Amino acid sequence: MSIRINQEKCIGCGRCEGVCPGTLICLEKKSDGTKKAKMLYLRDCWGCVSCVKECPRQAIEFFLGADIGGRGSTMTVTNEKDILHWNINKFDGTKTVIDVNRKNANKY
Amino acid sequence: MERRTVNTDVLIVGGGTAGCYAAITLSNNSDLKILIAEKANIKRSGCLAAGINAINAYIVKGRTPQDYVDYAEKDANGIVRHDLLLSAAENFNEVTHHVEKLGLVILKDENGDYVARGNRNIKINGENFKPILAKAVKNSKNVEVLNNVNITDLLVENNQVYGAVGFSIKENTAYTITAKKIIIATGGAAGIYKPNNPGFSRHKMWYSPFNTGAGYAMGIKAGAEMTSFEMRFVALRCKDTIAPTGTIAQGAGAKQINSKGFVYEDKYGITTSERVYGTVRENQLGNGPCYLKTSAIGEGNSQEFIAQKDEALLKAYLNMAPSQTLKWIESGKNPSAQDVEIEGTEPYVVGGHTASGYWVNTRRETTIKGLYAAGDVAGGCPQKYVTGALAEGKIAALDIVEKWTVQDDYGLTADLQDKSEKIVKNYEIALAGKPVNQQFDVEQLEEAMQKVMDSYAGGITVNYQFNEKQLALADEKLLQLQQLAINLRAKDLHELMFIYELKERLLVARALIAHLLSRKETRWHTFNENLDYPETDEKYFKYVNSIYEHGNFHIVLRDIVKEAAYEHQN
Ligand SMILES: Cc1cc2nc3c(=O)[nH]c(=O)nc-3n(C[C@H](O)[C@H](O)[C@H](O)COP(=O)(O)OP(=O)(O)OC[C@H]3O[C@@H](n4cnc5c(N)ncnc54)[C@H](O)[C@@H]3O)c2cc1C
Ligand code: SF4
Ligand code: SF4
Repeated sequence: MSIRINQEKCIGCGRCEGVCPGTLICLEKKSDGTKKAKMLYLRDCWGCVSCVKECPRQAIEFFLGADIGGRGSTMTVTNEKDILHWNINKFDGTKTVIDVNRKNANKY
Repeated sequence: MERRTVNTDVLIVGGGTAGCYAAITLSNNSDLKILIAEKANIKRSGCLAAGINAINAYIVKGRTPQDYVDYAEKDANGIVRHDLLLSAAENFNEVTHHVEKLGLVILKDENGDYVARGNRNIKINGENFKPILAKAVKNSKNVEVLNNVNITDLLVENNQVYGAVGFSIKENTAYTITAKKIIIATGGAAGIYKPNNPGFSRHKMWYSPFNTGAGYAMGIKAGAEMTSFEMRFVALRCKDTIAPTGTIAQGAGAKQINSKGFVYEDKYGITTSERVYGTVRENQLGNGPCYLKTSAIGEGNSQEFIAQKDEALLKAYLNMAPSQTLKWIESGKNPSAQDVEIEGTEPYVVGGHTASGYWVNTRRETTIKGLYAAGDVAGGCPQKYVTGALAEGKIAALDIVEKWTVQDDYGLTADLQDKSEKIVKNYEIALAGKPVNQQFDVEQLEEAMQKVMDSYAGGITVNYQFNEKQLALADEKLLQLQQLAINLRAKDLHELMFIYELKERLLVARALIAHLLSRKETRWHTFNENLDYPETDEKYFKYVNSIYEHGNFHIVLRDIVKEAAYEHQN
């Protein structure tokens, strides 16, 4: 269970750093002067997905470790006002998107 | 290290559920200066990070707070504080309505009434519960937040609290905070036992791996009385993802079945501990794995109904445990097409679910004067959950406001200044230079502790059972690990925090052992399964409490409190 930060997509805004309940992400200065988010402790991720929801560029991909049955699928989130689009890229190349409205309560 | 001293009226240690709500309450009811010290960032820190699925403790139509007390008392086999449960339950609905006003979405029927889930729950969208609280804190007057400051010690003299000491994990700064009152709200303790997924996904656990028992450890070191650590909490969760099961069990009505399809829950009973115990037993009897039968959704229902239900479950999990949704999608099968395998978690010490924590009076003041405890760190009040954490934050805050008198200036006695300086020196020692024992690091010692607890103190591997010889061995080994931990060195501030987290866990583990040894009975299967004393013994219809003195845990058995109010005696 952990996250992978796509360095090309990351714009260094630092939002992920401020939401991790374990302070596991920090911003790192690159040699070209840009800042990029870095995952400090891969194995310490709780899987809360706070950082994934916070990232404006879908640069943070969430995945399940192989030890808990992960097969390589990843998840990102696109925010649009109250709607969260959960994008799941399956290991077999297929895509699933689930839209959840923050204004709707759980039915169960 | 740079040294900073900060003075405040009320210090809140831990800006989680209870801490944030205490700050909001204090701000709404007084002009006091309030400071929250939080090791992460209050926006998503603590148990609520991913979101939660329901409000588990609410007084639904036709029920009373006393019904809630009766339920929790039965579930804990009598070891509860009536005054604490009642005062929490009397506040459940009010705090819920307040959080709804702050922005929490709660499901309502056509009459505008909340939709109940069973007898005590209501349905919400808990995904952004924590950001809602954090925003309210931000909008509160006189509240300052110190994010990324990890508190390690309380400053206590003559049994009165005067402040706390900690360090920033971002800047090379040590903090001495003086305060006239302190509310401790650091949550419970995870990571003491070897977890379900000890490898790459070691932090894919149910309780927050970042709640490391700091609040318990600080109180223990300062001589506060603790209660019921031996009532461990073992959760029944979805295998691998360790996601909560309430949504499929209570919400969608899925029954617990073994691999032969037999519904076993009626056989073992339905209290929280019996549900886990039944699952453990079925596995021992060769009937595993066990499941929650979500495939029942698919039986005899229309395609449309099944599709709707599947979708609702996938979405509900995205709002609190997204890994479970990812798991369903990755497997290519929806909940209606496969049952969800379940397992017991490693044991936690957590006062929001069981009764472990600070021994407090009815207004949540601990046995140390001026020090309050609220939420998972506070004991005696099991099954209080999220609304209980809010309620306790509120109760503590209101007591502080009510009893506030103009007091002397801030300031520490010379002794306390010395103590604070010593603590900071220890940070500096840990940060300076090479490890004393090159061959050991925090990670290694943490794994060693978890293995000791797992094999000798009733972890997953031994089906949560233990005997006294094993407990004694565990304590001996924990002592050795405490010795080794003294020599740990950190290369940065983050590692310094890891060292303190380990030390906290080791102390909490030792307190737990002392408690387990002192309840010479089996009152709750799984939570406290003592093979030397497999039956319940009425002699132990008492609270097991402890006070740490000169390196030893002094145990006190206290009579059950049935009154509506309780005050500490001198
Ligand atoms: C995964 C999960 C799901 C849950 N689901 C539900 C549910 O559906 N319904 C329900 O009613 N209840 C639920 N609960 C229970 C409920 O969320 C908790 O009981 C409640 O949030 C606990 O509040 P707290 O303030 O005690 O702890 P927390 O909210 O965890 O706050 C503790 C805070 O202290 C900080 N801290 C810790 N140590 C230090 C230190 N040394 N210095 C500074 N800060 C520190 C932490 O970072 C954290 O912010 C759930 C709990 C979990 C873990
Ligand atoms: S998923 Fe949660 S715990 Fe993991 S890195 Fe992101 S914010 Fe931190
Ligand atoms: S939130 Fe996204 S874009 Fe911003 S720093 Fe983090 S990873 Fe980069």
